[in-house]
Amino acid sequence: MDYMIELENVTVRYQELVALEDVSLKVAPGEFLALIGPNGSGKTTLVKTILGLVTPAAGAVRLFGKPPQQLNGEWKRVGYVPQIAQLDPRFPIRVFDVVLMGRYGQLGLIRRPGSGDRKAAWRALEQVGMSDLAQRPIGRLSGGQRQRVLVARALATEPELLLLDEPTTGVDVGTTEGLFNLLEALNRQGMTILVVSHDVGVVAQHVDQVACLNRQLVAHGRPDEVLGGEVLECMYGPQAAFVGHGDFPHVVVQRHGPQEG
Amino acid sequence: MVEILGYTFMQRALLASVLIGTVSAVIGVYVVLRGLSFIGAGIAHASFGGVALGFLLGINPLLAAVVFCLLTAWGIAWTSLRAEVKEDTAIGIFFASTMALGILVIGLMRGYNVDLFGYLFGSVLAVTRQDLWLSLLLGAGVLLTVGLFFKELLFITFDPEMARVSGLPAGALYVLLLSLMALTIVLSIKVVGIILVSALIVIPAAAAYQLTEDFRRMMLLAVVVGNLSAVVGLFLSYWFDTASGATMVLTATAFFILSALLSPRRRREQV
Repeated sequence: MDYMIELENVTVRYQELVALEDVSLKVAPGEFLALIGPNGSGKTTLVKTILGLVTPAAGAVRLFGKPPQQLNGEWKRVGYVPQIAQLDPRFPIRVFDVVLMGRYGQLGLIRRPGSGDRKAAWRALEQVGMSDLAQRPIGRLSGGQRQRVLVARALATEPELLLLDEPTTGVDVGTTEGLFNLLEALNRQGMTILVVSHDVGVVAQHVDQVACLNRQLVAHGRPDEVLGGEVLECMYGPQAAFVGHGDFPHVVVQRHGPQEG
Repeated sequence: MVEILGYTFMQRALLASVLIGTVSAVIGVYVVLRGLSFIGAGIAHASFGGVALGFLLGINPLLAAVVFCLLTAWGIAWTSLRAEVKEDTAIGIFFASTMALGILVIGLMRGYNVDLFGYLFGSVLAVTRQDLWLSLLLGAGVLLTVGLFFKELLFITFDPEMARVSGLPAGALYVLLLSLMALTIVLSIKVVGIILVSALIVIPAAAAYQLTEDFRRMMLLAVVVGNLSAVVGLFLSYWFDTASGATMVLTATAFFILSALLSPRRRREQV
């Protein structure tokens, strides 16, 4: 079977700090995988390693069966939504121009975007419900709107594989729900999706695979199989407990006693 | 005003000023938005070593400066892409050592060299025919390259990591951007002076940044401010007999203060 993403025993170090340790993960075509884990657990590092932005100290990374450095023309098969913090909201640029950047890679050097590229950008903006704000400078958007611009830019590439790094940070519940509904629809049309999130409740309702990361891969499987004690401990420490409430699980974290400070 | 344009040196200086005002402003937009002004100052100081060596070897000092500035730009780009030394440390090393080389070379050329110090502080009188042709060639080359790689340069300035993931050669484009910056610096040093040249790159773009939230409009406004600063500065320096580079930079600073006061950005961010 040809996997979209393959990580074999990947270890990543930043100087002395071990960010990822012996992580092996395979993502098959058509999968919708959520990567969850506490802050500093290496989720972003994992995404950047998949994309070849971070070079592992040990292990092998393959994207569409090749090391990311050898991907060349195949980068157009990948859509990437970086963390919102990576975007400078004071940069003088309009929403549409940001989304159009999703086409630049496949256009190649020097060539200008044509009507097909513009159409793809519009379609992407409509998918995230932002076409009304196409001419708005990004400095005049809310955090949630800016987040959707980044998703639209990745969709404008018309990728087979979509990687999203915390796409719901600082986003209200309605927008989060809307985004995950969109991702679910795209997945049903055949797009392979890997989404980094810390929102276990939302993730559990939408994705078909969950991987829990805390420097090492703690668990990987269907949400109903995996989201038990082990994952909770990975996410919130040993004091946490799951409470079933209606359809979706809630997490309750026990207060630390006074003896623990 | 018309009769001073009768002087050949003034015609050359005016042409050079328009060229500098335009090219510096265009490159300045990338420098301001990507935060490269320290690199600009570093490359400018490196040109001093080139100019001094040019004098020593009897080569056109500007041509020697082109080589020095390009090598410095590539050195800085290489260091920052490999990330083995912190970028600002690397710039600090290049900055001081090429300047030191220049000073050493001056020492080798018996006595004080007035021409060489003209390069440090800039002089309108010093622009020769040959200098003007070289500047025109460099300026046209820089503007043409920016035109060709407009979308790529915007992309690596806005989001370098995403540019890389989209499959564009982001590293090579960064080297290209720093090379364009080096050439812009060389074409300005005769008039503006090595010490102040990076100011004329940064200030018009910074003024334009205050006034708009659209990239193309920012570039256009930077060119307007850059030309006004260079040309108004040139005439002021002629009338008051002041150093041309310093007068241009202070004129640009006045435009910057004005635009900061008028800035819709500032008004909004205060709310």
